[in-house]
Amino acid sequence: MAEAVLRAEKLGVAFRIPGGRTQAVDGVTFELRHGETLGLVGESGSGKTLTSLALMRLLESPPTELSADSIVFEGRDLLTLSEAEMADLRGARLSMIFQEPMTSLNPLMPVGKQIDEPLIRHLGLSSAEARARSEALLARVGIPRPSEAAQRYPHQLSGGMRQRVMIAIALACRPSVLVADEPTTALDVTIQAQILDLLRELQDELGTAILLITHDLAVIAETAHRVAVMYAGRIVETGPVAALFATPLHPYTEGLLRSIPRITRARQAELPEIPGMVPAPGQLPAGCAFAPRCTFADAACHTERPALEPAEGGREVACWKPRHG
Amino acid sequence: MADPLLEITGLKTHFPILSKLLRRRVGTVKAVDGVDLRVAPGEVLGVVGESGSGKTTVGKSILRLIQPTEGSIRFEGRDITNLPAAEMMPLRARMQIVFQDPMSSLNPRMTIGRILAAPYEIHGVAKGQELRDRVAGLLGLVGLPADAAQRYPHEFSGGQRQRVGIARALALRPSLIIGDEPVSALDVSIQAQILNLLKRLQGELGLTYILISHNLGVVSHICDQVAVMYLGRVVESGPREALFFNPKHPYTEALLAAVPMPEPGMRRAHVPLGGDVPSPANPPSGCAFHPRCPRAMARCAVEAPMPTQLGDGHVVACHLHGG
Repeated sequence: MAEAVLRAEKLGVAFRIPGGRTQAVDGVTFELRHGETLGLVGESGSGKTLTSLALMRLLESPPTELSADSIVFEGRDLLTLSEAEMADLRGARLSMIFQEPMTSLNPLMPVGKQIDEPLIRHLGLSSAEARARSEALLARVGIPRPSEAAQRYPHQLSGGMRQRVMIAIALACRPSVLVADEPTTALDVTIQAQILDLLRELQDELGTAILLITHDLAVIAETAHRVAVMYAGRIVETGPVAALFATPLHPYTEGLLRSIPRITRARQAELPEIPGMVPAPGQLPAGCAFAPRCTFADAACHTERPALEPAEGGREVACWKPRHG
Repeated sequence: MADPLLEITGLKTHFPILSKLLRRRVGTVKAVDGVDLRVAPGEVLGVVGESGSGKTTVGKSILRLIQPTEGSIRFEGRDITNLPAAEMMPLRARMQIVFQDPMSSLNPRMTIGRILAAPYEIHGVAKGQELRDRVAGLLGLVGLPADAAQRYPHEFSGGQRQRVGIARALALRPSLIIGDEPVSALDVSIQAQILNLLKRLQGELGLTYILISHNLGVVSHICDQVAVMYLGRVVESGPREALFFNPKHPYTEALLAAVPMPEPGMRRAHVPLGGDVPSPANPPSGCAFHPRCPRAMARCAVEAPMPTQLGDGHVVACHLHGG
């Protein structure tokens, strides 16, 4: 088994608000191994994006409070680094791409220049060297006529092309970890397929480990090696993708998988639903956060919170009745 | 075939591009450029396509929220293409729309009760106790608690707000409901609840739906007929089974191949479609899909294919199939 390049231990994010404190991410522990893709999946409000921003130390404090036993990246605990040391890592060894490239690219700067920046800042290239490298990167991410494209501004490119530029920027310095937060959610399905293929190819070339954050289980199924399912700020289940999809251990994972409308010859009369809705942070029930929506919950589930425990086949689950047992 | 509830023929909706300085017309966006569709009573038609395909403009043109440029719209046996506003008014009760984002389509300063009462008041259908009873009935119909009437949109979750949007559309007992991405903003567990609600209401009230969506799983689940749009035109249409399991147009094939499946190991065998959807202001010559088409021939660049009937209502516009 490849060793971990990133390991978060008991990561938490809280919001301090007038009159209280809300724990939005609570005790999240996971590791990302060399060259793999770990899918972090969850619905709105599950804490998946907060988790990723916390890893990058991009959360503003206040109002947020980051807590963790450790976040070890390439042997160093990110929690002990100064802001200057973090800035040296970001975009170099540890990169991130976001859902909407239009809001993460600088609208006033030609895209070539935006790729030059990390190359100059982190690798110490001259502007001429950086530009040559940027154009090669643009070509590599599938942008036609790279030297012309480098002169363009973000608004002159399509959504798919903008996401390719984001990927070129993020991978310019060959990071060991790429955090991708809903990288294809804003894209049409044919463009999504192009971008997912591109990420896979580049991962094979560069050996980059990817933390893929998404609400879309189908994207996970196609792209990830392992998956962690989040619910109400906690990880409820992890495991290799094939096993987790074939036999989900947590009733929430099972419910999510069953509620996806699929393209099947015979039509289902009714989609299996998960009743109710995700509890608001700060209004979590006493026991398992999923218990009020769970068909299999009993008294124990409502009183005591299950911890994430190892299960067979390198899997983990936080449930008193995994597989309804 | 039964008389269609809705039939649109040769529908074109074009928008002018005006110059910044003198507001002179310098071009045209052909958002919808010659669309034919038929929807039988009680049927669910899915209109699918990517951004810029014109699917939303088709929906809004049918409701005459946007005035079409050319073509005809027949609804319940009547040509409504050019009906004056006063004559459209009673028809608006018969055809309703549910939007993607209920937060931006519900007035944040009105209680749910007032939002749901508005259709009855505008059309002078009910007032007083009867109005309150009808609003309560609507809330029950879509599975919302009776006390929702006193609350405001922000007090509800996305799924509950979409229930309000659906209740408002149902108020005047329409025959046709157009859903423009009605579940796209919802999480998957909530999406299933709303899809089941739409399906149940259709059965109970005998509704006809046009569901505009980019999500092929959703369309496969709920639709009887499907039309695939690309750059303002329908490239293929027909019964659900034919479209999903015997697609004929290379674009439909590519679209289906690009949909990720929630089954690991089912990774696409196909090379994904290259390129981007071109701008509808400057569509390619001939078949608009030819620059991205893996099977394009010389003819495709010069001549636009005509729709060809393949039987059982399966229609394709492609030179590989007669076109």
